[in-house]
Amino acid sequence: MSLRRPAKDQPETFEFSSSSMEEANKIVLKYPEGKQQSAVMALLYIAQKQNDNWIPLAAMKYIAKFLDMPYIKVYEVATFYTMYNLSPVGKYFVQVCTTTPCMIRGANKIVEACKEKISNKENELLNDKNCSWMEVECLGACVNAPMMQINDDYYEDLDKEKTIEILDKILKGEDPKPGSYRGRLNTEPENNRKTLMDVKNA
Amino acid sequence: MLKDQDRIFKNLYNDMGSDVKSAQKRGDWVNTSELLAKGRDWIINEVKDSQLRGRGGAGFPTGLKWSFAPKEVGSRPHYLVINADESEPGTCKDRDILRFEPHKLIEGCLIASYAVQAHVCYIYIRGEYFIEGQKFQSAIDEAYEKNLIGKNAAGTGWDLDIYIHYGAGAYICGEETALLESIEGKKGQPRLKPPFPALIGLYGCPTIINNVETISVVPTILRKGGKWFASLGREKNTGTKIFCISGNVNTPCNVEEEMNIPLKELIEVHAGGVTGGWDNLQAVIPGGSSMPLIPKEKCETLTMDFDSLMAEKSGLGTAGIVVINKDQDIIKCMARIARFYKHESCGQCTPCREGSGWMWRMLERMAKGDATKDEVDMLGDVTNQIAGHTICAFGEGSSWPVQGLLRHFKKEIVKRNNLDPIVQKKNNIPYLVDQHLLEKKNA
Repeated sequence: MSLRRPAKDQPETFEFSSSSMEEANKIVLKYPEGKQQSAVMALLYIAQKQNDNWIPLAAMKYIAKFLDMPYIKVYEVATFYTMYNLSPVGKYFVQVCTTTPCMIRGANKIVEACKEKISNKENELLNDKNCSWMEVECLGACVNAPMMQINDDYYEDLDKEKTIEILDKILKGEDPKPGSYRGRLNTEPENNRKTLMDVKNA
Repeated sequence: MLKDQDRIFKNLYNDMGSDVKSAQKRGDWVNTSELLAKGRDWIINEVKDSQLRGRGGAGFPTGLKWSFAPKEVGSRPHYLVINADESEPGTCKDRDILRFEPHKLIEGCLIASYAVQAHVCYIYIRGEYFIEGQKFQSAIDEAYEKNLIGKNAAGTGWDLDIYIHYGAGAYICGEETALLESIEGKKGQPRLKPPFPALIGLYGCPTIINNVETISVVPTILRKGGKWFASLGREKNTGTKIFCISGNVNTPCNVEEEMNIPLKELIEVHAGGVTGGWDNLQAVIPGGSSMPLIPKEKCETLTMDFDSLMAEKSGLGTAGIVVINKDQDIIKCMARIARFYKHESCGQCTPCREGSGWMWRMLERMAKGDATKDEVDMLGDVTNQIAGHTICAFGEGSSWPVQGLLRHFKKEIVKRNNLDPIVQKKNNIPYLVDQHLLEKKNA
């Protein structure tokens, strides 16, 4: 299990914006009548998106009311799943996969790059709140290891130089191109393809 | 090597585009209504004939699973749930299906829903795959537009709605009952079985849960026939499988191959060989991190299917192959896997919650050479205390890799950790509690 703690400084109130409200109402319709509790995970995502990528306790209370369920149940869900950030993270939120398949291909170099460029400590916000990084467990792109995720995008086939290049870009506020950084096509064997050759050449 | 015409996932690398038009060119959605018109029993029998086994790890026969769904729909509706919570380290096959072959999955959902009489299908996608989920959602939207799903889906007379439910970073939600809990809006802690989900599942209704890859191959099986699928591979281990080869190889990749293919062929032909040559190979994890590793000697002749790996006391799992060469410290690699399991334990059962962290701490010490001699046996003991004593298979999943390490690399651990707990020679350590044992007259 992982340690999850809500932030010390919490806003007093939280309310869905009109666009969030519209989205939330749509999501509740996905589930059978009376089972609106199912929407809690999606609603937490919406709250997180609206609130600079983290979920305050006030939002959990709001969602509990919205879905007519006990606050503690929402709290349980928000603290159980690791993708809900309970305290502020950077506008660019860098997550580096360091599980074994990435580790043996040099994920520690990417961690080094993050330490040099962003902060020596995990989860520490830069002064301008622009960027923070953390180590995470397997992100499910093992054949493109080592890799990292920045907000929603995957950056694959990295090494230290390329990571620094990407981090420099986001620190300047640019959005680097996601995908493979060795220029290969998705998960194909690089320069060694033996299958589906006729569609490749088509 | 498998012939290209026998490959099911022709767009595995996205050479052709994943939209519905390109998918139709590849043969998806061509005669779906004709397939469904042949009836439920025909579909289930054809899947049984193909001997398709679940691709999510456990390898349960798919046709048999479908036949567990109640024959008549009672007061409770039936559900189909697709498990796309792919989080097993070493595995990234479902990601490519969601991105590049979404229509194979959607068509498979329609066929499976019809076979088990479900009108609603939930796809549980892990939260990290947000971009893949969006791509899949646009494929669903396309399918609705063309009336391939929705009311009277694809002209079959069957109504089907497909919804995506995102997870949020919990590995345990790949366990089928934890996944159901998660869809119900609770924390993902597995349920006791029985009752099995086929009778009491999502919202207490009959629910069939299948992996993405399992469902995606079904339309092709029905088109080409169960016999064709069964002719690939070998008895009870039939068909094709997407293998993910990662780790210390020259060209890590995903590739679809026949079951029962030699491991050496996979590594040498598709993955470009082990980094530093075949002799530099140390061990291979054959089926995602929870399967025990296999040392080099056995890799020479090993074939990749459920039963032959079982005979080696390992398993095919998700077919995520992690190659580890001699440049890596094998104890460190396993300590990192143990850390993964410590992080992902849901905390419901005590042996797993406490044991997974215990194993990790011991392995970290062993990697540094700080452990005592008797801890090596204690580690084995802890794994046995976890495996088989938990609600779900996570207990086995977390202790098998450690057991594999002890089975094949015990010498390595013992060599590095030769501290004696009683410290016969350095007996002037003041904090050693059992120092009095050293003086024979007091013993």
